[in-house]
Amino acid sequence: MILDLKTKVDKLGIEDRVSRITKRSLKSEAKLQGLKMILSMIDLTTLEGMDTNKRVEQLCYKATHLHQELPELPNVAAVCVYPNMVKTASNSLKDSEVKVASVATAFPSGNSSLEVKIQETKEAVFNGAEEIDMVISRGKFHSGEYNYVFDEIAIIKENCGDKARLKVILETGELGDYDHIRLASEIAIKAGADFIKTSTGKIKPAATLPITLVMLEAIKDHYYNTGKMVGMKPAGGISNSKLALQYLVMVKETLGNLWLDKHWFRFGASSLANDVLMQILKQKTGVYQSNNYFSKG
Amino acid sequence: MSSKIKSLKYNGKWDFSTSIESIENLSIQKEYQLFINGKFQKPVDKKYFPSINPTNEQQLTRIAKAESKDVDMAVNSARAAFNGQWGEISAKQRAKYIYRIARIIQEKAKELAVVETLDGGKPIRESRDIDIPLAAAHFFYYAGWADKLNYAFPNRTPKPLGVVGQIIPWNFPLMMAAWKIAPALATGNTVVLKPAESTSITALLLAEIIKEAELPPGVVNIITGDGSTGNLIVNHPDLNKIAFTGSTQVGKSIMQSISGTNKRSTMELGGKAANIIFEDAPLDQAVEGVINGIYFNQGHVCCAGSRLFIQESVYDVVLRKLKDRMQSLVVGNPLDKNTDIGAVNSKQQLATIQKYIDIGVKEGADIFQLNCELPKSGYWCPPTLFTNVSQSHSIAKEEIFGPVLAVQTFRTTQEVINKANNTPYGLSAGVWTDKGSKAFNLASKLKAGVIWANTYNKFDPTSPFGGYKESGHGREGGLHGLSPYLNLE
Repeated sequence: MILDLKTKVDKLGIEDRVSRITKRSLKSEAKLQGLKMILSMIDLTTLEGMDTNKRVEQLCYKATHLHQELPELPNVAAVCVYPNMVKTASNSLKDSEVKVASVATAFPSGNSSLEVKIQETKEAVFNGAEEIDMVISRGKFHSGEYNYVFDEIAIIKENCGDKARLKVILETGELGDYDHIRLASEIAIKAGADFIKTSTGKIKPAATLPITLVMLEAIKDHYYNTGKMVGMKPAGGISNSKLALQYLVMVKETLGNLWLDKHWFRFGASSLANDVLMQILKQKTGVYQSNNYFSKG
Repeated sequence: MSSKIKSLKYNGKWDFSTSIESIENLSIQKEYQLFINGKFQKPVDKKYFPSINPTNEQQLTRIAKAESKDVDMAVNSARAAFNGQWGEISAKQRAKYIYRIARIIQEKAKELAVVETLDGGKPIRESRDIDIPLAAAHFFYYAGWADKLNYAFPNRTPKPLGVVGQIIPWNFPLMMAAWKIAPALATGNTVVLKPAESTSITALLLAEIIKEAELPPGVVNIITGDGSTGNLIVNHPDLNKIAFTGSTQVGKSIMQSISGTNKRSTMELGGKAANIIFEDAPLDQAVEGVINGIYFNQGHVCCAGSRLFIQESVYDVVLRKLKDRMQSLVVGNPLDKNTDIGAVNSKQQLATIQKYIDIGVKEGADIFQLNCELPKSGYWCPPTLFTNVSQSHSIAKEEIFGPVLAVQTFRTTQEVINKANNTPYGLSAGVWTDKGSKAFNLASKLKAGVIWANTYNKFDPTSPFGGYKESGHGREGGLHGLSPYLNLE
């Protein structure tokens, strides 16, 4: 593998750009259109040690019945669960367009043997996962073993075959500088990631706008160089519509129209959907409803 | 990088709806008078000129034109204030007045921003986030210096010059007024200031603020008019200094007029800044810096990065990124909060910009313009760049003062230093590299007053600003901005 490690990131420059993006003002039609787009891009997530089959079934039901009063609203993109819940989720979602996504590779730490990671991935795919969210080996990354990180991603990608798209979680909160995030993005992209994803949600900080911008720029450079599109998924910490809209503006102004689609951009979030629904209803009716009108969990 | 790859599209799928800043509670008077000796008064000759909104060519208001007798009155009242109350109060008292001005600017920030945008055509995003906050910051900063001048110049005795005449341009109307008035007051001078003809309103709102701050009458006089009024100020025998910001051409004629007199001067004139991207630069941030460098305030910026030098090995990718970034610029109504590029300030300036664009095309450079819909009325110019440009092209030599970028390439560090310095101007420059040593090397070799490394068009009252060569002399801002208003004995 030859890595092009030339690309540098300037911290202040990234943050200046973000600050300008957050000043875009979204009103009326653009806001409503943006909110609907966000809803369609959400990976509704439950990744708890206390997850049960019932809990996953409830979440899947919610994914397919977001809001009864507004049947024209899009469904979320996927439900994201632990590998042992894939069968349950797959059964619950079998008649819908909502995808089943499963974390894998010893999520969230990734500290396990390659064999275990491959086995876990195979099982998740076999049980019906259409998307695999793997984590990279951050320890190896910090030791400078970039080839190890690369090869691991490539092997997991191979095991996803053509059945599942691979999202590679960089866990940016553990990587440090933007230069590291840029490098990890390039490794993941070149090793075959279909998506790159910021965080597991278990580490703080999770997704931020500047980190996402660094990753979007890596995706853009890859497109310039090869013509191939790679998706982006910020995850963790995006709990309200205003922030989600800012992410969407960033995608619009960095990568353009092609990426404004759930096939290429996702939000990993558990509570965002309710806030988006509340905002959509507010745009339609002019008043906010009590959050008791939106099903939790 | 392959050129076969489909180009990215940034518009048409999810576009911003209009988001217009409210002007409901705004009142612009039908007519504005001269501010002399603490009062608003009609001009002796009762002459007025219109102030035009450049987005629709409608008259916003009419402004008094100061003639000879008015200028005399303004200078006399400034002299009386200098010899009287202002000269007698303590430095701490002076600071108190300047702080008051700063605070009232902050209180009225929204009104000032909206008026700046209506009168000058600049995007509300800029007047709201840059012009007005910086104007207030400048007063705050210099208020702090007023009673510390002895510490600023140890073992010297700083004394004010007396009455200073100040003439400011139309590109940052209120901010330029702040840059001029704040250090002059902090150092104990009194002022006769003339804003530019096409953008007088916020200077007159500042006059109201000064009145509200209860400055002693005559300390600040703001008189309006065109170049002829400026001439009267420059040639007035009872002024101790002329501080001018504007074109190099006018600056030169002012210097001729005051030669042989005892008047001191500060000149902040034109520029043709080099913005230099090395192959090891953070390219996406560099591209953003190019955008901020040349398309900020429609390119009406004396320190605009109007000459872009790209190292040849990254030329293709930088240009591609630049053109893609240009697609997400929003051109149109400057009151829309999403507008990035507003209206060109005046009909005359639009004609100048258009003239240079025509020259660029005629001289054989390749033009690229953002393909966007422009409003039917008013003065507009889409963001423009020229490639295939050499040092000898007019668009690479002369100041255009519009959203027009001339792109050139270079191979070595020495080559780009030579090219960057090969200009009669020397106001500012930008250097983009990941290597600190390279940035510092360039900073010492480039003949420019302000050099930004890995950023561009960043302003702060603590930082001195000013030019080399035909970009002027004297510094504004920071500690350096005090001495041009002082006799240091």
